[in-house]
Amino acid sequence: MAEKAWLIPLLPALSYFIILLFGKKMPKGGSESGIIAVGTSFVLALIVAAQWIKDEHIVDQHLTWWSNGKVHITLGQHVDGLTAMMFVVVTFVSLMVHIYSTGYMHGDERFTHFFAALSLFTASMLFMVLADNLLQLMIGWELVGLCSFMLIGHWFEEKNNSSAALKAFFTTRTGDVGLMLGIITLFFAAGQHFSIQLINKMALEHEISHGLLLAGALLLFLGVMGKSAQVPLHIWLPDAMAGPTPVSALIHAATMVVAGVYLVARVYGVFWEGFSIGHGGLNWMAFIAGLTMVLTAALAFVQDDIKRVLAYSTVSQLGYMVAALSVGAWTAGVFHLFTHAFFKALLFLGSGSVIHAVHSNNMSEMGGLKKYMPQTYWTFVIGTLALAGIFPLAGFWSKDEILLGATKNGYPYIFVLGLIGAFMTACYMGRCVILTFHGEYRGHGHPHESPRSMTVPLLLLAIPSALIGLINAPGVLKFAHWVRFEVPGVEFEPPEHKFAVPLATFSFLVAVAGLAVAYWVFYLKTAPNKGAFERAPLRTVKHVLVEKYYLDALFVGGVVGAIKGPIARAAYWINQNVIDGVVNAVGVGAKLVGRFTYDVIDQKGVDGIVNGIGVGASETGGVLRLVQSGRVQQYALMLFAAVGLLGLALILFT
Amino acid sequence: MSGLIATSYAPQNVAFWIIAISMAVAAVGVVTMKNIVHAALALVVVLAGVAAQYILLQAEFLGIVQVLIYIGAVIVLFLFGIMLTRHPMRKTGEYDNDQRVLAGLVSMLIFGVLAYLLSDEFGGVKLRLGQPTQTSAIADSIFRTYVVGFEVVSMLLLAALVGAIVLARRD
Amino acid sequence: MPITQYLFLSAFLFCTGVYGVLARRNGVLVLMSIELMLNAVNINLVAFSARLSDAAGQVFALFVIAIAAAEVGVGLAIVLLIYRNRVGVNLDEIDLMKG
Repeated sequence: MAEKAWLIPLLPALSYFIILLFGKKMPKGGSESGIIAVGTSFVLALIVAAQWIKDEHIVDQHLTWWSNGKVHITLGQHVDGLTAMMFVVVTFVSLMVHIYSTGYMHGDERFTHFFAALSLFTASMLFMVLADNLLQLMIGWELVGLCSFMLIGHWFEEKNNSSAALKAFFTTRTGDVGLMLGIITLFFAAGQHFSIQLINKMALEHEISHGLLLAGALLLFLGVMGKSAQVPLHIWLPDAMAGPTPVSALIHAATMVVAGVYLVARVYGVFWEGFSIGHGGLNWMAFIAGLTMVLTAALAFVQDDIKRVLAYSTVSQLGYMVAALSVGAWTAGVFHLFTHAFFKALLFLGSGSVIHAVHSNNMSEMGGLKKYMPQTYWTFVIGTLALAGIFPLAGFWSKDEILLGATKNGYPYIFVLGLIGAFMTACYMGRCVILTFHGEYRGHGHPHESPRSMTVPLLLLAIPSALIGLINAPGVLKFAHWVRFEVPGVEFEPPEHKFAVPLATFSFLVAVAGLAVAYWVFYLKTAPNKGAFERAPLRTVKHVLVEKYYLDALFVGGVVGAIKGPIARAAYWINQNVIDGVVNAVGVGAKLVGRFTYDVIDQKGVDGIVNGIGVGASETGGVLRLVQSGRVQQYALMLFAAVGLLGLALILFT
Repeated sequence: MSGLIATSYAPQNVAFWIIAISMAVAAVGVVTMKNIVHAALALVVVLAGVAAQYILLQAEFLGIVQVLIYIGAVIVLFLFGIMLTRHPMRKTGEYDNDQRVLAGLVSMLIFGVLAYLLSDEFGGVKLRLGQPTQTSAIADSIFRTYVVGFEVVSMLLLAALVGAIVLARRD
Repeated sequence: MPITQYLFLSAFLFCTGVYGVLARRNGVLVLMSIELMLNAVNINLVAFSARLSDAAGQVFALFVIAIAAAEVGVGLAIVLLIYRNRVGVNLDEIDLMKG
């Protein structure tokens, strides 16, 4: 079956075309095609995963569709544990989102288009995951970026939405420059091959120089920063919440944003060697990830929009995943990706349910929804606890492994930041739950529970959110076994550590403390200094957070404004005056040269020479002509004189 | 001039020198005399002298022919030509033109070259005068060996004759 | 007798003739000088004929005489023509071929 793994991306791709062509005519507007395709892919993914678990047989096949001398462009598939895991995650979450969207997007005027885009996105993500060479991976990467743009701007009638879509696209594009350059660097470093396995092998066996690996890793990481929203290229993700909530759940929580993390996990040999992860201390990836973990968590505190809270939470969690990979805890990072997909999708879909009921995104207009929407409430709480890392839910196990890896591999900085981030995560999620579901209802509508099409996926997602962590519980450790980084033929394994109870207990307590603080501040409202954030100096802190560290001002105002304004004007000036000036000057110069050539060289010079020859001949003739006096006796004189002289010469010289 | 010491050819030598000197003087006269008729008469002397030299050299037939043709016909032609082309009004002007100095130099140069070459080559060659050349021998030579030349010269004479008449007739 | 005396005589006559050709203005006088030259050549020929006891020299001399006669005839006809056209036979003035 694994050899037919290419069917898994193919079915949603076919669904895309079917929906495009026939969607409007279908009774359910094309959604049934999407659900069937993704559902089938999910089943196939489970089969592939089961087969992998059974015999752990790596499938590595490719066909060359273009070659030129040494360079071969291939289309291939590489199926191993990581691939199987990604298949399961993507298809499951996509299926949930598909089912959910039939309810959420009901009545939307571009309903069919939405489902077509969803199918295309699923196909692209699966295609990317299946890739065995960097070029194919990049194709999938770009395609998911395109689908993200399409889906964020689904309601493009609002300027905000289309601006958000563009912002997302441009920001990830900025990172994609790094991705492309990194791929090119690695291509040449590996002797003109795109194959990921080969590159990993060569990197780990030190056949590529460290400098090249570092360059490649840095450039690839630039792409990761864009796609997986690491600071400072994270700015697009909160704004991407302008898209419909199912999109946020699928793309910006569970699947697309983890493409960067997947890239690092896949090409880990390059990162491990390039950033010298084994040496501990600090590396660039860890530095950025650490910042991301904490800074964006802080921002979640000042958000009123419930989706934005979740968005910043996602960015923060992405920071965790990248941090895990940057300290060498490969399995921890991938496991966190796995668990996060479930509970974040759950949280988003739950928030979507709330928004659908209240017709507003803002938590200031919510409150007390617990009694109106119990199913949504309880599944949301499960998601929150999982995210906060409360034992025994999924997030606890994965987050704890990250912290373990950070300390044991010698990255205390990441460890500390990770703990701080865990505290903040629990705290802001507590705030979110309390503001949304507890207290008194502050809105104006009539909230009610959502339809079955929306609550069923919530329930289905709540189950793995709660339990899936146990796959990698100590004693079980199945996940670590099934999904591991290995390159055939190379003796390398990222470091693994045994579960440390003290550390686990400590991190659990930190999370509980966070929830407690949230309860204290927001629920009980008995915390002292309640208005502390309204007065200086903390007001400045709040102000900075509200302004998102002025990064948006920097990017939009500074960078974009500079480009739009002075730089564009400067470029225009250069074009008009310098470039056009050069071109005109060349033209004028050519004309001058032509005129000069004509006047001086041709008329005076060449013609002068020619005329000169003519005049010379004629002058010489004029002189010689005088010899021709017409007088015969003169000729005779010359004749005889010559004879005499010749005779004389004859006498003298013989 | 060598050979003043007489051999058995003393009378021929004496005769030669007398004739030669008169010839030379007359030749110079031809080219320098102011009167054209006098020049023509001096030419007569030269031509006669040439005939005498022929006879001295035992070429009797040739000497007679020289007298007949040159003195008899050519000089007459010259005299007729002088007569017919005299400018009636103009005084007998200068018959020498502007380049006589150069001409003199050139002719002296040529004479020098010739003299040197000849004396260099034929310095000690002596003539042995035998019997006078038989006319029949000349006739044989003309009509056997050089008959083609003879015919050509005949044609030439004819052409010259016709040409002269054509050129000079008044029409 | 030494042949050189005839040869020198011949050379002298020839050079005198050259001078006459170059320096005399009248066409008839030029023709006379040409006669001088031809006769000088004849003397040369006959002298060598006597030396070599070969009649060929004299035959040549005969031919030369014939040709000279023809040439004088034609030459005088030309001089006559010039005289008719210009009323004067100054060779100096005949420069129609002047370049």
